[in-house]
Amino acid sequence: MNQTDTIQYLDNKENKTWRFLISELKPKTKVFTAFNIITLPIILLGIALIVYRFMHGLEAVTNLSQDVPWGIWKAFNVVVGVAMAGGAYVLVFMTHVLHIKRYEPVLKIAVLNGLLAYVFYSAALVLELGRPLDIFNVIIGNDYGVSSILFLVAWHFMLYILCLFLEFSPSIAAWLNARKMHKFLTGITLVAVVFGITLSVLHQGGIGALFLLAKDKIHPLWYNNYMPLMFVIQSVFGGLSLVVVVVAISWKIFAFQLTEKMLKAKNDILVGLAGICSVGLFSYVFMHIIIFVHEKYFAYMGTGWGNWYLLEMIGLVILPMFLFMYSYKTKNAAMVIVSSVITLLGILVNRLNVSLIAYNIDAPVRYVPTWQELTVSLAIILIQIWVFRWIILRMPVLRNAPDWAKGH
Amino acid sequence: MYLNRRTFFKAMGATAVALSVGKVSAASEAFSDNGTELNGMLYDMSRCVGCFGCEYDCAEAHEAEMPDIPRNPPPRKLDETCRTIVNKHETSIGMVAFKDQCRHCSEPACTAACLTMAMYKTKEGPVIWREDKCMGCRYCMIACPFDIPKFEYKSTNPKVVKCDMCVKRLVEDEIPACSYFCPEEALTYGKRSDLIKEARKRIIENPDTYIDYVYGEHEAGGTSWMYISPVPFEELGFNMKIQKKSYPGLTKGFISSIAPVDLLLPTFLLGVYQATKSTSTINEEDAI
Repeated sequence: MNQTDTIQYLDNKENKTWRFLISELKPKTKVFTAFNIITLPIILLGIALIVYRFMHGLEAVTNLSQDVPWGIWKAFNVVVGVAMAGGAYVLVFMTHVLHIKRYEPVLKIAVLNGLLAYVFYSAALVLELGRPLDIFNVIIGNDYGVSSILFLVAWHFMLYILCLFLEFSPSIAAWLNARKMHKFLTGITLVAVVFGITLSVLHQGGIGALFLLAKDKIHPLWYNNYMPLMFVIQSVFGGLSLVVVVVAISWKIFAFQLTEKMLKAKNDILVGLAGICSVGLFSYVFMHIIIFVHEKYFAYMGTGWGNWYLLEMIGLVILPMFLFMYSYKTKNAAMVIVSSVITLLGILVNRLNVSLIAYNIDAPVRYVPTWQELTVSLAIILIQIWVFRWIILRMPVLRNAPDWAKGH
Repeated sequence: MYLNRRTFFKAMGATAVALSVGKVSAASEAFSDNGTELNGMLYDMSRCVGCFGCEYDCAEAHEAEMPDIPRNPPPRKLDETCRTIVNKHETSIGMVAFKDQCRHCSEPACTAACLTMAMYKTKEGPVIWREDKCMGCRYCMIACPFDIPKFEYKSTNPKVVKCDMCVKRLVEDEIPACSYFCPEEALTYGKRSDLIKEARKRIIENPDTYIDYVYGEHEAGGTSWMYISPVPFEELGFNMKIQKKSYPGLTKGFISSIAPVDLLLPTFLLGVYQATKSTSTINEEDAI
């Protein structure tokens, strides 16, 4: 081969890669579905509002005030969302560390879900920063506020996104047909797994610890010294509950990608997750009983806040705990999905209580998110779902990896 | 190791020194890390007549917009346009004015919260906000038990606004503007320990004038800005629920657990990985 041949060869190769990537950008399914027609306008409006927010400041689109400095983007997309993205590290722990083969079919989709959740929730977090360009200060060391819980959360967040990316990257390599890369990335999975779990435990707890400083501002029913631990426990059953819901929906929509054997295993997987969730919820309830007695919560019973607390505890924690137990005993997958939805609702209510609803209850003006804030919150989740779908249709997440990618 | 009498006493001596040093550092809440004593302000509410002069002086010293204060203003709150605010309260002994601003805690919650050390406790006493570091996350506002930091939501490059104890004037060996210009000498600037003594002296010498309490001596682990009052502090809207221990102490336990977890958990996980590895090969056939 002379020199011109080599260049031509490389050119061809590059063209091939580019052509492949461009062809992959085109939609693979029907474009005008009801879902697309409803969600696209919301996404476009959300993006427009984000641009508007950066041009005119936070006041222009949000109802944030001096009394309530953290709004729905932080409370919902970050504080609530991170708990629900916890399924990735729990499943990774069970499959990679404990070598439980049973949950392998849902592992990749949980990791992908976690990865996208973290990327998009970080985006929501940046939106609410008043001086977003200065976010790099925490990376470049201007300065490292090592005594800050938020510093811990920020760094563990960033490093965990990297770990999740490494855990998911073999699927990307398989999609690009990059065989050597695939072998390398599979080889380092264990490192990413071990550190990913550690980083997860700490930042999940760290989000609870963030609110430890707001001692006199959060209603005592939602403030306790165990908040870091409670947030970690929540992330176990909350994360798995979201995995249940994601699996229930995506295995229906993308059923054509699944093998017969996987479809048969679905019931068994969901019921197994229900068992773990019920134990997680049990320990959560038990901790709450200890806190209830220890912090003398009985005095608040009968008040409006007391009723709200009881509704959350009984309706959205104890009820799904029994439902999970029952569905585990009767092997009822439909009931597992229902219990998961109630559990997720419970986490949503609990974390919104800590960060918004029961926060600064004496404030003269209550915080109510504007329609712009809600639209952006929703748009972020919808974009995440679009990207999720784009990836599932192209990379081996649900369907099996190509034969060459097996065995390492 | 062989211990004779002399080495034993030597060791005892060293231990005693170590213990006493430990005690000194534990009792040094009024001192910053490098041993200089913190400065502070004593605000005597029996002297303050509520002339609002300090609000104007503060704005001038910080080159900020002059406040527009109506005659007999309704109760106002600190916001992003001002660093201090004076409110007159109708109390059991008549009108009493209360000036609010950053309390400059000895161990501030805001500096413990700040992930870039934009909120910074200087060795002289003031807690300052440094613009070149802040990313605008507003965790300081969540953390502050006195609700002091305020944020410019209207701006695209917002600042955190709060009293900085006129740190620029302090550097030039001048005292804070509000204290310097106060016509009633209601604001006394000085070493925190001296101010506590002065407050006690005034209370003891005039037991009928003052409530026997120095607000800020122990609140939130001690603040540089302290108050003495002719009426119970509750009547002026002071938050008496503020804990007497420092706020950063609430997160110390969690922060000290980070390093052990970061080091030990991966080791543990690798151990579990190895321990469960051999048995799993038996079930490989069942894998999907």
